[in-house]
Amino acid sequence: MIPLPAPKQDVLDRRDVIVAGLRRLVSAEAVIAEPLRLKPYETDGLAIYRQPPLAVVLPETTEQVAAVLRFCHANGVRVVPRGAGTSLSGGALPLADSVVIGLARMNRILDIDFADRLAVVQAGVTNLAITGAVADRGFFYAPDPSSQLACMIGGNVNMNSGGAHCLKYGVTANNLLGLRVVTIEGEVLDIGGTHLDAAGYDWLGLLTGSEGMLAVVTEVTVRILRAAEGQRAMPAGFASNEVAGACVAAIIGSGIIPVALEFMDRPAIHACEAFAQANYPLDAEAMLIIEVEGCTAEQDALLGKLADICREFGATSLRVAATAEESAAIWKGRKGAFGAVGRISPDYFCMDGTIPTSKLPETLHRIGAMADAAGLGVCNIFHAGDGNLHPLIMFDANNPEQFARAEELGSDILKLCVEMGGCLTGEHGVGIEKRDLMGVQFSDIDLDQQRRIKSAFDPEWLLNPAKVFPLLATA
Amino acid sequence: MLAPADELELAGIVAEAFEARTPLCIRGSGTLEQMLRPVQAAQTVRMDACTGITLQAPKELVFSARAGTTVRDAAAALAADGQHIIAEPPDFSRLMGSAGSPTLGGAVAANLSGPRRVAAGAMRDHVLGVRAVNGTGDILVCGGRVLKNVTGLDLCKLLAGSHGTLAVLTEVTLKVLPMAESSASVVLHGLAPAAAVAALSAALGSPFGVTGAAYLPASAAERIGVDGPVALVRLEDFANSVAYRGERLASLLGADAVIWERARSEAAWAAIRDADVLPAADTDAVWRVSVRPSRGPAVLAAAAAAGGDGFLDWGGGLVMIAGPPTGEMHAAVTRAVGAAGGVWTLLRGPAPLRAEVAVVPAEASALAGLTRRVKAAMDPGGILNPGRIFAGV
Repeated sequence: MIPLPAPKQDVLDRRDVIVAGLRRLVSAEAVIAEPLRLKPYETDGLAIYRQPPLAVVLPETTEQVAAVLRFCHANGVRVVPRGAGTSLSGGALPLADSVVIGLARMNRILDIDFADRLAVVQAGVTNLAITGAVADRGFFYAPDPSSQLACMIGGNVNMNSGGAHCLKYGVTANNLLGLRVVTIEGEVLDIGGTHLDAAGYDWLGLLTGSEGMLAVVTEVTVRILRAAEGQRAMPAGFASNEVAGACVAAIIGSGIIPVALEFMDRPAIHACEAFAQANYPLDAEAMLIIEVEGCTAEQDALLGKLADICREFGATSLRVAATAEESAAIWKGRKGAFGAVGRISPDYFCMDGTIPTSKLPETLHRIGAMADAAGLGVCNIFHAGDGNLHPLIMFDANNPEQFARAEELGSDILKLCVEMGGCLTGEHGVGIEKRDLMGVQFSDIDLDQQRRIKSAFDPEWLLNPAKVFPLLATA
Repeated sequence: MLAPADELELAGIVAEAFEARTPLCIRGSGTLEQMLRPVQAAQTVRMDACTGITLQAPKELVFSARAGTTVRDAAAALAADGQHIIAEPPDFSRLMGSAGSPTLGGAVAANLSGPRRVAAGAMRDHVLGVRAVNGTGDILVCGGRVLKNVTGLDLCKLLAGSHGTLAVLTEVTLKVLPMAESSASVVLHGLAPAAAVAALSAALGSPFGVTGAAYLPASAAERIGVDGPVALVRLEDFANSVAYRGERLASLLGADAVIWERARSEAAWAAIRDADVLPAADTDAVWRVSVRPSRGPAVLAAAAAAGGDGFLDWGGGLVMIAGPPTGEMHAAVTRAVGAAGGVWTLLRGPAPLRAEVAVVPAEASALAGLTRRVKAAMDPGGILNPGRIFAGV
């Protein structure tokens, strides 16, 4: 298990005073301090780590967030921002002496402007709700993490979330125009706005993906895009992981950039098919889901070229979705993949390393060998087009020895990604999970430089402490 | 003038300057010399001797080169594999009256993007990694060479657009994409600015994947040989898609829409990208304004009322303005941009003007404090391009 820093005893001792102080800043029912009601906040999507906070505050306005932060800063209280709690890396894991600022009540859409193609929303609006609010005019918000039904835009900003379609449309950072954030000192900052380029430093770029360590996001201005005339997905089965991996590189090299290019191996295909009945090729060792956009004729032209490439790699099956329903089922299987694996294994770790796409076949081969050596099952489900791997390591957390092996395998897989020229995390964030591996990817000089930037925003390291950076310097 | 041949030599130069607290003026090839505030420095460090492509992996959509590599050389190498730099950075050497050729490091450090920015993101959006030397002479490795990476703080974005005030870029790694098989423009003649931006907005809000949307008033249109104002909407894709989408867009935008085929379209967009269409006298100052697209026409009108001229790109969201290099003109531009909720950059102007006025909008006090603290976190001696963006920072 990854250690958390010792709580500050003086903060724990002042618990009642702190809770009473918070209740003066927001309505009394917006402060949760009863042990039973703190339960839902003790963990996030990395559910094996659990730690109830001192208290949870659910503000409704930026001004309340500012008041809470000013209060916590003045009292030396650590703060953990939280959206929907879907982080897979423990990004929203509380500390015992921390106040969680939950953004769930800040769920209003403030402005939608189709002519200027933007929407202004509060941080607690869910990712899918943004698309939901603009879909009637044919628009959408592009980044589409698998958790998009639940995850909130404020969390997406903090983790710079990606999704299946960022091969074409980019990740969160590429789809933002402005932020309203609050610093640990309670200062409200307006970053960017409704225009494209910043003057001065790119605060928007620095804050995006900063994992709640620099400021608390309360409002987000996103770009909304007009959807293409249509899209269709084509699942293609292959005889081995390696061949499917090689086909990915060939597709990218062909000059066609599909909207999405997703990969599943045999265990993942079977788990997802049982869940979604998407008519996946159960006899295949690996499957690619390739999606293209445009009018029907454009789709046909692209899919024809892509099918030819797949055939060169001996595709064992090729099936183009004939209807929108069929396409939806294909994506339901993919987007429900983590849940589907949850049905066949008591617990799983979802890895998130990225590698150069040319290294896909070798990396998949070595992950398989490492899993065999560890005696653990691994499903591979990932965004192949950009080399963002999601190996799911299956284990039983009730078996401590197996749990330890699973953690070790996970860490070995991430080290392999770095060795291949890649990185520890492509879209889930470092959080608590990968914190102690940062030294594998970064030199001390680089980590120290990043720490100095963190200190420029939060000199006392009160904002989301114990995340991202190895503990030594933060404890 | 120092021109280090490699990163190690540069690190030595910076470390020594840090010890002595000697300010350094950091340049690529110097094409942006006239941009932002003049830098008072004992030494100038030019990075255009640090050249060379270090990674070209077309099947991975990745390209790395040392910071002094020219954009032109990078583009030529990429074109050999049928790829290009996504944000199509402009070449402002003619606009700036410079004999230099823009470097990749300069394009990233200034975060300069061309017309495709409206659809495909800015230079900073495609920077996967950089190597750089901070103000104490440490060599930093930020980001990486993979397409998705959220590991640690994103210093690549912080350094992109920081104009060499936080660290000196030594190598950049970009995501690149295949060049489109074909391109064309749907063109509308004779529109007034507001009607033109409405048309551009309709085009950008269409499902047809528009990759450029500009408006040239008559004075700018004249520079590409067009009589009267013109609005251009660009398509780039496979040939069959460009043909199909061009027809659909033309019918969406109205009976008067005409199609410019590839050669004419490409020439026009290159002139827009490099601001060759800007009706600027040699002595004029130039402002680059980023604003909510629907407010672009108001900014353009205010500039014209003050004796300036200009054109719109990015669907109205980029306003390029030329005008007299005076404090009055500057005040007129900044007032209009402020009222429209956008930001300006003084892109070109005589040194006295650039030393006297705010070359970008002043930051609110809490942000200004962050600017100073982040500067100190990367360049504690304040030796890298001091005062280039903000006086005293």
